[in-house]
Amino acid sequence: MSNRIALGRRSFIATAAAVGGGLMLGWRMPAEAAETAGSEVGIWAVIAPDDTVTVRIARSEMGQGTMTGLAQLVADELDCDWNKVRGEFVTPEANLASKRAWGDMSTGGSRGIRASVVYVRQGGAAARAMLISAAATRWKVPTTECTTAAGVITHKSTGRKLRYGEVAADAAKLPVPTNVPVKQPSDWKIIGKRVKRLDTKDKLNGKQVYAIDVQLPDMLNAAIAQCPVFGGKLVSFNADRVKTMPGVRQVVAVGDNAVAVVADKWWQAKTALAALPIVWDEAGNGNVDSAQIADFLKQGLDAPQAALGQQHGDVAGALSGAAKTVEAIYGTPYLNHATMEPMNCTALVNGDQVEIWVASQNGDASLAAAAEAAGVKLANVKVHKLILGGGFGRRGQQDYVHQAVLIAKQVPGKPVKLIWSREEDMQHGFYRPIMQCKLSGGLDAQGNVTALHARLSGQSILAYLAPSRMENGIDKLAFQGWLEDEYGYMAIPNLLIDQAVRNTHVPVGFWRGVNHNQNAIFMECFIDELAHAAGKDPLAFRRSIMGKNPKHLAVLEAVAKKAGWETPPPKGVYRGLAQNCGFGSYVAAVAEVSVSPKGELKILRIVAATDPGYAVNPDQIDAQVQGSFVYGLSAVLYSENTVAKGRIVESNFDTYQVMRMNDMPKVETIIVASGGFWGGVGEPTIAVAAPAVLNAIFAATGKRIRSLPLRSHDLAST
Amino acid sequence: MVKLDVNGHLHEVDVDPNTPLLWVIREWLGMTGTKYGCGIAQCGCCTVHLNGVAVRSCSMPVSAVGGAKITTIEGLSHDGASHPVQIAWLQHEVPQCGYCQSGQIMAVAALLKQTPKPSDADIADAISNICRCGTYQRIREATHTAASLTTKA
Repeated sequence: MSNRIALGRRSFIATAAAVGGGLMLGWRMPAEAAETAGSEVGIWAVIAPDDTVTVRIARSEMGQGTMTGLAQLVADELDCDWNKVRGEFVTPEANLASKRAWGDMSTGGSRGIRASVVYVRQGGAAARAMLISAAATRWKVPTTECTTAAGVITHKSTGRKLRYGEVAADAAKLPVPTNVPVKQPSDWKIIGKRVKRLDTKDKLNGKQVYAIDVQLPDMLNAAIAQCPVFGGKLVSFNADRVKTMPGVRQVVAVGDNAVAVVADKWWQAKTALAALPIVWDEAGNGNVDSAQIADFLKQGLDAPQAALGQQHGDVAGALSGAAKTVEAIYGTPYLNHATMEPMNCTALVNGDQVEIWVASQNGDASLAAAAEAAGVKLANVKVHKLILGGGFGRRGQQDYVHQAVLIAKQVPGKPVKLIWSREEDMQHGFYRPIMQCKLSGGLDAQGNVTALHARLSGQSILAYLAPSRMENGIDKLAFQGWLEDEYGYMAIPNLLIDQAVRNTHVPVGFWRGVNHNQNAIFMECFIDELAHAAGKDPLAFRRSIMGKNPKHLAVLEAVAKKAGWETPPPKGVYRGLAQNCGFGSYVAAVAEVSVSPKGELKILRIVAATDPGYAVNPDQIDAQVQGSFVYGLSAVLYSENTVAKGRIVESNFDTYQVMRMNDMPKVETIIVASGGFWGGVGEPTIAVAAPAVLNAIFAATGKRIRSLPLRSHDLAST
Repeated sequence: MVKLDVNGHLHEVDVDPNTPLLWVIREWLGMTGTKYGCGIAQCGCCTVHLNGVAVRSCSMPVSAVGGAKITTIEGLSHDGASHPVQIAWLQHEVPQCGYCQSGQIMAVAALLKQTPKPSDADIADAISNICRCGTYQRIREATHTAASLTTKA
């Protein structure tokens, strides 16, 4: 079994001194790894006699390359041979048992590397010190006479050498030193290099086991139907109608709002579920539609009460005294994450013991969700974390884990794999919040910006998912990109940014890039509108209000230079630009588009710059920037979730359309690694994709697109 | 009983003939490299070859396969690494999450059989598989590399 899916674990206990605690850790390794398992030198690296270094990874890998990046950080400090490095996930139960020795497992907000960088580098440096110490002891020389390079320790004066694999067992017995200094950036050998990802090969031949692929002895499969109207409940179902269908074992209620068919095969479960009569209680939401929601948000645009984001100067006074004022209302729809791997989780409940196999952006939270659903202690849960078939923020939520355990509890002793159909996945998401924004700007007689007011009206993610993170009742996250630490136009003399919170019954959540996505559209398109009203070039106009934000301006200048902003584009080609700061990084883009007289848009070229401070793996940054444009442009061109009869209308990729190869422009990336900080790269660029293209469309057509997606608009010349 | 030739191996499967080929491959034969993404032939995660031609197995009843030779990602090359598309994919580091890549690779491998030297426009026309991570640029570049490897071979 273990050979087939590489999941069976040969349990063996190794010891390690946990950070700060000196605890004994229970550590279970995958069977394959166990065969070459070596010595735990500190808690981040296991070094085998053949010099293989297994770096432990606490964050989740969902395609963003974090596993490789984190391994680079440890390996560089460890000074080992990168060709012998591999990654391995820390299990949530090991993290729990060690009082979170490996830190936070949650993987979102582009934090995977930037929030781990201090302790993983220290872990690598500590391991290197332990290896040196072991070698120095063997040679009976001071540690200061030893150097390391590519996994070999050298005694300088005598030229004696020892490989890491030769001293790892001794090193593992030493106490883990604290306060070992980490390298200066100038000494990095692996950080900053375009090294290959650690997780590619098995993704090319079908060997990579995703959660949906898990196969266990006696495993059953479950298909689920959740109340199509959010907030509604399950009233009844008639299991007699399906229980004799092929493969069907059981029909079970799942909590108070869903029902599942358990069968030998998932296809049988899904077929039976389609034939199952179900009665729902729509809980009074069965008449809500998109038009009502739009009206509800529109009322917020001028509401007297609003949560304050940022304010300086006197906006009302400056607007009334302006030589010219500009006003515009923008809007963006709900959006589903639509990971390619639908939500799924396999659970086995045996008495008070629970085991789950899951693709999760937060292993700790998956463990807690499983314990809660089963009603057992946290210590009774084992979690097998698998590589995710996409996350994008969706797999930070644990609803599908909870459901899988609730189902498995009703089929004790047998593993049950719950798979959501694409339709369930599309219609039961945590959608990017629907938002409208009214922007008002004032210009003086020379076309300088004197005032800007941005009023958001729409849903709050934190109010729905994490009320405890609100500050004095305010969801600061709603203002992403617009608070003082991120906003690029702090030189505007009078500024007001606020939000009228308008929550609906539709669940909202963290959608890759989160609130930056719509905020950057609102701000960057409106700044373009102001530039046009002032009769100024969009780049020159931005420069005039970016005097207090040199890092923002630097990436903008970088894309303008590479795109040739100062020289006219070829005939029929039009340019737009945008900038933003989010997740600790500065980004900007120039888009080049053409629009035919019939209104056919072609996105020809994208030039994108990112300043993440330090660049851990430039090749993976390129990949994230390219991918960010696909995610962002899908939202510009096609994607939208609408509401009718209280439920999401779109059910699959035929109605929820996304970008494909035929729309893919050439993306040229610039990495402006200015140093001194660690910014994220998985999300920031998405925010500039839409406004850069929308501003280019204005340049091409004179049409301001203020609501998305574009497929609802006619770009034909009239 | 349905008879299937998958990657050169003959199987007899006791299954409802209306069952989609995808689920027969995944659940009855236990080969999970071919993925479920949408179930309505939209995303292409489930792409396999029937007599060398790319088909979306989620929407093909197993009864429609007849005697056609099925090739899945597991059978694309004898060692799981040496098909020109696999070599090019590794060289260009195409996969991010990787979930759609079995389908992408099978779709591109089928394209190269028909069009050994595809242009960007040929690739855009032929490859309509969805990738939510957004690896299209690298798929395009790697497809050209695979084409050059194929020609050399």
